[in-house]
Amino acid sequence: MPEVLKAPLVVEFPFTRSLGPVQSAFLTGLRERVVLGVKTGDGQTLVPPVEYDPVTSEELGELVEVASTGTVSTWAWNHEPRRGQPLDTPFAWVLVRLDGADTALLHALDAPGPDAVRTGMRVRVRWAEERSGAITDIACFEPYDGGPAELTGSDGRFEDMVTGIVAPARLDYTYSPGRAQSRYIEALADRRAVGERCPSCRKVYVPPRGACPTCGVATLEQVEVGPRGTVTTYCIVNIKAKNLDIEVPYVYGHIALDGADLALHGRIGGIPYDQVRMGLRVEPVWSEGGRFPDHYRPTGEPDADYETYKELV
Amino acid sequence: MPAPRPQRDIAVVAFAQTDHLRTSDELSEVEMLMPVLHEVLDRTGLRTSDIGFTCSGSTDYLAGRAFSFTMALDGVGAWPPISESHVEMDGAWALYEAWTKLLTGEADTALVYAYGKSSPGSVRDVLTRQLDPYYVAPLWPDSIALAALQAQVLIDAGDTDEPALAAVAARSRASAAGNSHAQLRGSVPRGDYAVRPLRTGDCPPIGDGAAAVILAAGERARDLCKRPAWIRGIDHRIEAHGLGVRDLTDSPSARLAAERAGVFERPVDTAELHAPFSSQEVVLRKALRLDDSVDINPSGGPLAANPIMAAGLIRIGEAAARIHRGDSNRALAHATSGPCLQQNLVAVLEGDPR
Repeated sequence: MPEVLKAPLVVEFPFTRSLGPVQSAFLTGLRERVVLGVKTGDGQTLVPPVEYDPVTSEELGELVEVASTGTVSTWAWNHEPRRGQPLDTPFAWVLVRLDGADTALLHALDAPGPDAVRTGMRVRVRWAEERSGAITDIACFEPYDGGPAELTGSDGRFEDMVTGIVAPARLDYTYSPGRAQSRYIEALADRRAVGERCPSCRKVYVPPRGACPTCGVATLEQVEVGPRGTVTTYCIVNIKAKNLDIEVPYVYGHIALDGADLALHGRIGGIPYDQVRMGLRVEPVWSEGGRFPDHYRPTGEPDADYETYKELV
Repeated sequence: MPAPRPQRDIAVVAFAQTDHLRTSDELSEVEMLMPVLHEVLDRTGLRTSDIGFTCSGSTDYLAGRAFSFTMALDGVGAWPPISESHVEMDGAWALYEAWTKLLTGEADTALVYAYGKSSPGSVRDVLTRQLDPYYVAPLWPDSIALAALQAQVLIDAGDTDEPALAAVAARSRASAAGNSHAQLRGSVPRGDYAVRPLRTGDCPPIGDGAAAVILAAGERARDLCKRPAWIRGIDHRIEAHGLGVRDLTDSPSARLAAERAGVFERPVDTAELHAPFSSQEVVLRKALRLDDSVDINPSGGPLAANPIMAAGLIRIGEAAARIHRGDSNRALAHATSGPCLQQNLVAVLEGDPR
């Protein structure tokens, strides 16, 4: 059993989202230090506002201003803030019913400690210094001793409405490929290709994934395959990929390594792109320090007979 | 309104699960899953080619990879082509889809499986990505924080207190002492606050695991299992996504699902509840009208093992297994998804009279 391989894997993406009329007004309002709710058919004011009534599913659009002060309806003390959360010092998560609203908004409350927080306490919005039209324009809530704050008189219409948000997301993983793929990757370090044979149908899979997709059983017997192989099919790539230092056009192919019952993918080089063909015999070319073949090039052998690889096309 | 009766008798005839572990990083998803698939097939004597429909539940966000479920399909022998589907949800919802498939008569048997490897990432952060992306997700409130807000509402309402929550956790893990698959068993400290008022002991363990069940219809079920666990009703419901809109002391969606599944027609003797946090059991007991006569989470429940995406299917499997063994005659199984019990699925399982 080789040592289990592990590597950091970061998935990061700036999600760009468009806003409907209600969310647009709410988030633009935050930019202008105005909190808006939406009226339902039975006269409730929902804050944060939604486009459809959660009970009747009626479409909503009548915006009303509510105060930037309110009352904590529940709370939870977060002594270890995590990345991305509103405050980097210990804080309380709170649901706050703003004065004039019938529902509660989730946010953070800046307080010295859990003893300073209770259900029913009065709070007010602390605005972020730089606001762009996002829920984070509310930096957090802070304790407040007083009645409802005065309204600004906004009707929900603003100059230069915010119509979209960019919500960056990042998740960190430690990726581990499992037994079969670890064995494959470790063999590649010795510039060898290792497949695994299914105990039932006897087919050799490369790269192995630990299971035979036909029989649904574990593949455990290792089989060395290649290094030479046959091009079973290919395509000519004319679009240059970002961050890929390969001149177009180039050829990407399926290559059945000798001894394998499944073709793997690889770039085909060392031959003009318009001379690549099915049946071409190829061998891997390793770059200095490469952890997998950089590409495959012709061996100079005669082409393989179609009958020898037709099952793998 | 009385619950409608299914047109066809469908039963859980086999159940298997992995040992749930904090990490299984030596195994890929399919490597973790395969022994469980083989175990349910062996129990029934079925081969993959005998299965009429296959349905699975998992999520790409745990793996950090798109279409991760397609790799796991290697474990079921998907060639020649099989009738297959996947839900990006807990396997309990995959079971619901398989149940409807069997109801149509298009298949007589179904294989349902679910798996989750939480160990590669940080579950608390990963689960923030299921939240409202406009108003909530940008604040990154983690799963424990949201459960803690619900716990405080319950405490304020007088429905529970911290010692009562600790007792729920202690009872669950004591029950899990008899479950060799569970991750946390026996005496587990209450621990420090994770997010107050919830302590680490009130929270489920984070772990990797998989489960599989086989469903069969009518006489086929009796051929495959000595005492099939008949699904007498199953239903799932959802509540508003806005946490501040909901009454967090209650679970009207769980109650409605239970009503439509026929739970309230006759008492149940067992309830397997998918309540990952001790406080959520308090909510579900009330919503599902479960009193002390009902054996709740005899397996230890999700406080003892909570492989995400499989934990709900495991509740159905554990309830069914008790019926198979003759330890229960009428059991409730519940699965949840989303923050603070947002979505709820309830099934009623019964054994033939003896």
